[in-house]
Amino acid sequence: MDTSESERLPVAEAMPIARRIYRHRLPVRLMHWINVVCLVVMLGSGLNIFNAHPTLYWGNDSVTGTPWLSMRGENTAAGPVGKTRLGSTDFTTTGVLGMSKVEGQATSRGFPSWATIPGTQWLAAARNWHLFFAWLFVINGVCYVAYTVFSRHLVRDLIPTRDELKNIGRSILDHVKFKHRTGDAAKRYDVLQSLAYLVVIFGLLPLVVVCGLALSPRLNTVFTGWVDLLGGRQSARSLHFLAAAGLVLFVIVHVAQVFIAGVWNEMRSIITGWYRIPEDHPKQEVRP
Amino acid sequence: MSATKKTFTLMRSNQRERRHLLRGAFAAAGAAVLTGCDKLSHNEGFVETLKSAQRLNQAAADIVAPRSAMAQEFTQADVAPVFRSNGTLNPGDADYVALRDSGFAAYKLKIGGLVEAPAEFTLEQIRAMPARTQITRHDCVEGWSCIGKWKGVQLGPLLDQVKPKPEAKFVLFRCYDSMDGPSLDGKDSRYYETIGLDEAHHAQTLLAYELNDKALPVSNGAPLRCRVERQLGYKQAKYIRSIELVASFDAIRGGKGGYWEDEGYEWYGGI
Repeated sequence: MDTSESERLPVAEAMPIARRIYRHRLPVRLMHWINVVCLVVMLGSGLNIFNAHPTLYWGNDSVTGTPWLSMRGENTAAGPVGKTRLGSTDFTTTGVLGMSKVEGQATSRGFPSWATIPGTQWLAAARNWHLFFAWLFVINGVCYVAYTVFSRHLVRDLIPTRDELKNIGRSILDHVKFKHRTGDAAKRYDVLQSLAYLVVIFGLLPLVVVCGLALSPRLNTVFTGWVDLLGGRQSARSLHFLAAAGLVLFVIVHVAQVFIAGVWNEMRSIITGWYRIPEDHPKQEVRP
Repeated sequence: MSATKKTFTLMRSNQRERRHLLRGAFAAAGAAVLTGCDKLSHNEGFVETLKSAQRLNQAAADIVAPRSAMAQEFTQADVAPVFRSNGTLNPGDADYVALRDSGFAAYKLKIGGLVEAPAEFTLEQIRAMPARTQITRHDCVEGWSCIGKWKGVQLGPLLDQVKPKPEAKFVLFRCYDSMDGPSLDGKDSRYYETIGLDEAHHAQTLLAYELNDKALPVSNGAPLRCRVERQLGYKQAKYIRSIELVASFDAIRGGKGGYWEDEGYEWYGGI
């Protein structure tokens, strides 16, 4: 280390707040936001499509298959109610699932108007949305995976090191305590965070796409019986729904983490790329 | 020291305020997105853009699944005890009722349009032709599926008998069942469907007259219904009245090639 550098160093330490790193490169930021749009549209239109037949089964056939999730509206003496059956247990879900108000009118429908695209029950339109954005979603996803591989983003940032995996216990403990990483440690993704991203990128997203393709009668013919590997067409429809539910769960945790970790810093980094490294210790040495 | 604390609490309350603001902004943005999507769903230009993906879907399907590829066939053990009926279950149209009440004895299938040799076939004649039996899964656009055993005549060889003209591109099925009563503009609401000539010549495309080893029930489209096994349920026209070969379906009813297509569903029902 030469003298000029060692002279500069204390200055940098005195102003840790100014430490910023260029965390997300432009392609990642761009693909992230395209993905946000696609996921919102796919989820909303997907729930509208689900509402056209709000029951999910295991098997190939809805007559002989086993229903495991079902939503319905019922008229009772006390007025219309919404029911959701999970397995063999009925839950009253009035106002949200099974029965909800559409423009003030109690309507029998699976998911409520505010969660579906379009808001009215309109299968043809929902399919148009779903099948158009499916292309954007898949093209964007393929570009993303190609980028992470060729830019070495995958190996460098996403795949945890052996040491990180060994220390996973500490990471779990930190998460339980809502303790966020600071200083140099904050430059890298946390090991749980990396694993969550990998499960989403290489698990849930391919699953949701493959199960979606399995619903197409024409694509069923690509090679005979491939849909049976998923348990049959109705099982594929269930898995498509569950994988989407997994993605929703991921997004909820992801957004919650953004709020906990510091929403402005996180938002800045995914919009402009620049991320401020949180200080190691709270400022204490304020001189009078 | 107290000054630091004050700054700290100030910052905290500032943050809290910003967080509230942001949460409000998120909720407002969410509501705006959904309202925007609803508006766009009614915008003709936008809907046409969305529907442009259909052509891509069909082109992609043709690449990965050859045009001759067969739909999966199942075994007797997979057949559902009762085949689910959907759409019209019992047409009330006078001409249909008369035929139904006489056991379809007077039924004749007319095949015409852009053909060299228009012809009429009685059910007896159709039943005497070489038949195909297949156990397939019916997939409704709504999301449900049902496995049934169909017996019928292959549509391709039947069409060859009437010699399609070179300009014929689509097979039009005109059906008996009115979907929403006669309309005033002269366009009746009888069900109709169109499929491409290539799809019509697929080995599994049938005019079915038997379901699960019994005569096709009224609720499933008696006396004849189409089976287009690699497309969704609404393409499988029931209660077939006549077949016409056409070069285009632009001038037929809503011009989109089928009753449900006129209501906004895709013409290509393979996805």
